[in-house]
Amino acid sequence: MALNAKIPVGPLKDKWQNYLAKTHIVNPANRKKLDIIVVGAGLSGGGAAASLAELGYNVKVFFFQDSARRSHSVAAQGGVNAAKNYKNDGDNVYRMFYDTIKGGDFRSREANVYRMAEVSVDLIDHMVAQGVPFAREYSGYLSNRSFGGVLVSRTFYARGQTGQQLLMATYQAMMKQVKAETLKQYKRHEILDIVIVDGKARGIIARDLDTGKIERHAAHAVVFGTGGFGKIFYLSTLAMNSNGSANWRAHKKGAYFANPSWTQIHPTALPQAGEHQSKLTLMSESLRNDGRIWVPKKKDETRAPGDIPEEDRDYYLERRYPAFGNLVPRDVASRAAKERMDAGHGVGSLKNAVYLDFKTAIEKLGVDTIKERYGNLFTMYEKITAINAYKEPMKISPAAHFSMGGLWVDYELQTTIPGLFAVGEANFADHGANRLGANSLLQASVDGNFILPNTISNYLSNEIRTGKISTDTPEFEEAEKSVKEQVEKLLAIKGTMPVDKIHRRLGKIMFKEVAMSRNEKGLKWAIEEIRKLRTEFWENIAVSGDQNGPNSELEKAGRLADYLEIAELMAVDALNRRESCGAHFREDFQTEDGEAKRDDKNFMYSSAWEWDNGENWKLHKEPLEFTEVKPTVRSYK
Amino acid sequence: MKLTLKIWRQENAKSKGKMVTYKMSDLSEDMSFLEMLDVLNQSLAIKGERVIEFDHDCREGICGQCSLVINGQAHGPESHYTTCQTHLRSFKDGDTLFVEPFRANSFPVIRDLKVDRSSMDKIIQAGGYISSFTGMAPEANAIPIHHDIAESAFDSAACIGCGACVATCKNSSAALFVSAKISHLAKLPQGKVEREERVQWMVNAHDNEGFGSCSNTGACAMVCPQEVQLIDITRMNYEYNRAVCHSKE
Repeated sequence: MALNAKIPVGPLKDKWQNYLAKTHIVNPANRKKLDIIVVGAGLSGGGAAASLAELGYNVKVFFFQDSARRSHSVAAQGGVNAAKNYKNDGDNVYRMFYDTIKGGDFRSREANVYRMAEVSVDLIDHMVAQGVPFAREYSGYLSNRSFGGVLVSRTFYARGQTGQQLLMATYQAMMKQVKAETLKQYKRHEILDIVIVDGKARGIIARDLDTGKIERHAAHAVVFGTGGFGKIFYLSTLAMNSNGSANWRAHKKGAYFANPSWTQIHPTALPQAGEHQSKLTLMSESLRNDGRIWVPKKKDETRAPGDIPEEDRDYYLERRYPAFGNLVPRDVASRAAKERMDAGHGVGSLKNAVYLDFKTAIEKLGVDTIKERYGNLFTMYEKITAINAYKEPMKISPAAHFSMGGLWVDYELQTTIPGLFAVGEANFADHGANRLGANSLLQASVDGNFILPNTISNYLSNEIRTGKISTDTPEFEEAEKSVKEQVEKLLAIKGTMPVDKIHRRLGKIMFKEVAMSRNEKGLKWAIEEIRKLRTEFWENIAVSGDQNGPNSELEKAGRLADYLEIAELMAVDALNRRESCGAHFREDFQTEDGEAKRDDKNFMYSSAWEWDNGENWKLHKEPLEFTEVKPTVRSYK
Repeated sequence: MKLTLKIWRQENAKSKGKMVTYKMSDLSEDMSFLEMLDVLNQSLAIKGERVIEFDHDCREGICGQCSLVINGQAHGPESHYTTCQTHLRSFKDGDTLFVEPFRANSFPVIRDLKVDRSSMDKIIQAGGYISSFTGMAPEANAIPIHHDIAESAFDSAACIGCGACVATCKNSSAALFVSAKISHLAKLPQGKVEREERVQWMVNAHDNEGFGSCSNTGACAMVCPQEVQLIDITRMNYEYNRAVCHSKE
């Protein structure tokens, strides 16, 4: 199938308005005849569920958590961007668009990025109206701060819990619609397959995680707000149960997967402390506004950080990137940290960290200001590490964080399966090869609240005569059967290798060869290792218990089975792209001073991979056309 | 280090539960409490035994999904921590720990340490929101909100809905949880429009869901991971009385 991104005509700044002017909408009286399934209740899925329910559609929302207030959007700390120009510092929609395109190393779709910047303005209004207690100046007006990769202050924040506050607003909007009975929630449900009837997405097969019951649910359209798959690295900033399974099952039913290997490795997470560790907690990038990153100049330094004098410290970001300093984008900051650690300057007992130091900021601004800006982050840091970061520097380290890649979608956020839409981190188009800080909450929220409700109507306007979709069809039968077979197969192996152990081993392979730094030999090795591990999984996985009730090992095993396939596609994608761009750094394609070397002549495209029955993948290329900006060498020096 | 765990095992809401003893060794004090349970579950899975079901997700103290009462204290021995933030350095080598679910009539046990907290969602459904639809909002800076009001609203809005307050309260009251939402929204000008209906609906829903009454012992605020303040309960009572006095009936 040829890719058609369906980008509207007209100049970039008019495209979204042109689209809205011409798209088909559904008569309010017909909306209640249309069923929509939303999978995921974070900012994107939850925003879509609430907004679609407000419009009068019948919406069912599915999520694996025990409440719609817990999706991993909740953990985003630093803020949400919007081109409000409240600071009079020269910001506008175009500048925000340009920063995002450049931050993504000219590998994102221009029209989508412009639209995201355009509607960012409405999002702040919306969230304030919903009761988000954003930080305020003493005048009572909204406050802003700066984030990596930009020179203006356009980030709105609620202390270090911005994601939580936006999600609370979204959750509350959902609960309002649950009361109004236009939204029905299915908590503790996991999606195990998508059902296609006559080429269209018509429903899902879900497992009730409390009872183990396998259920069929039908709808006129399905929306995935299923998030990213960074947990594939096992150690990551993601929640323990975040997974890529819904997206992967859709991929195997015909949805193309775009740029799967582009994973953002976040520069400021807590370092791994031991072998049992399950999670790398993120420390918000906003800390880089006031914190300075450094390592000792001397290799294998043994002095405590407070005893190392200024002249023996290497503020390597300020040294290498004087224009942006500590606020370079995430991919650049992570790679620079890796370079210093590989050169023997890492700190901490495992030499796997760098210092993030607030000494200068505290001297300048006082402890109280730092406390108000980042208090909860310092508290969180102390709870986990038992270190008071007001007194000594934090130790931070790069960790797997955000999936820039995801399901390929067109301008309407529709995948290559008609009737299946993907919003937020689950799709791919807006962040290119590297996402800028505070654009994640933005993209998730605007996709769900403002964009999808206006594009899905174009599809649904053709469905008003369809009538109720039955679940009593061979397609549902077939999908349910294959899901049940897999569950039974996992339980029947009764091997000796626990799920977490295989997952950790997969994570090690991925972090070594398919993370911050890649090369041909390593990627080929990774593919071999992933295949071996997959064989071992299906021969020797230990899943105890049964399927007739809660069984967390069974849930984890199903997710890992998918990860073991996603991992291979990630390596295949990284191998195909013989250039460096953003987070995708190929050691074999770099400049003399170690920066990423893009190849616009051969790789100015998004890779969209088609599943080919597990034999191989077929590559489709969506060419990236830049009409308003000229791709340049991305420099933060 | 070594620990003896006495963990509550219960098949489902209807069956009777009991404490089961597990001996753990080779633990390191840098491990989190839940990582210790991961290790225990791995050993059970290899032996073909049913693993211990417990709730958790973000493991950084913000999603509110983890629970557990450890040695009689919701979220473990450290004040204002969640269970997922609790590390073994909080215990001594050789300690015996009693691990139970959050216990309350409104939180039926699903299995082992997992409980159903839907009753808290139902309280929010009753009125814990601002009835503004997507697209209705005025320009964000049109309503200035004093810095201190915004900060104070945040303090209440920070609640993660974990239910530790309920598990701790001798009456199984969710007063701290309900009052945090009422206070968050009543403090902000956007939320003031519906303040009277909201407080009455939410307080009624709280009682209908079977949560007990508040007798102001303050135990809830001692464990709250987000340090939601007891004064929010006073605010809730004020809002409730104010609403009744203003009632049109």
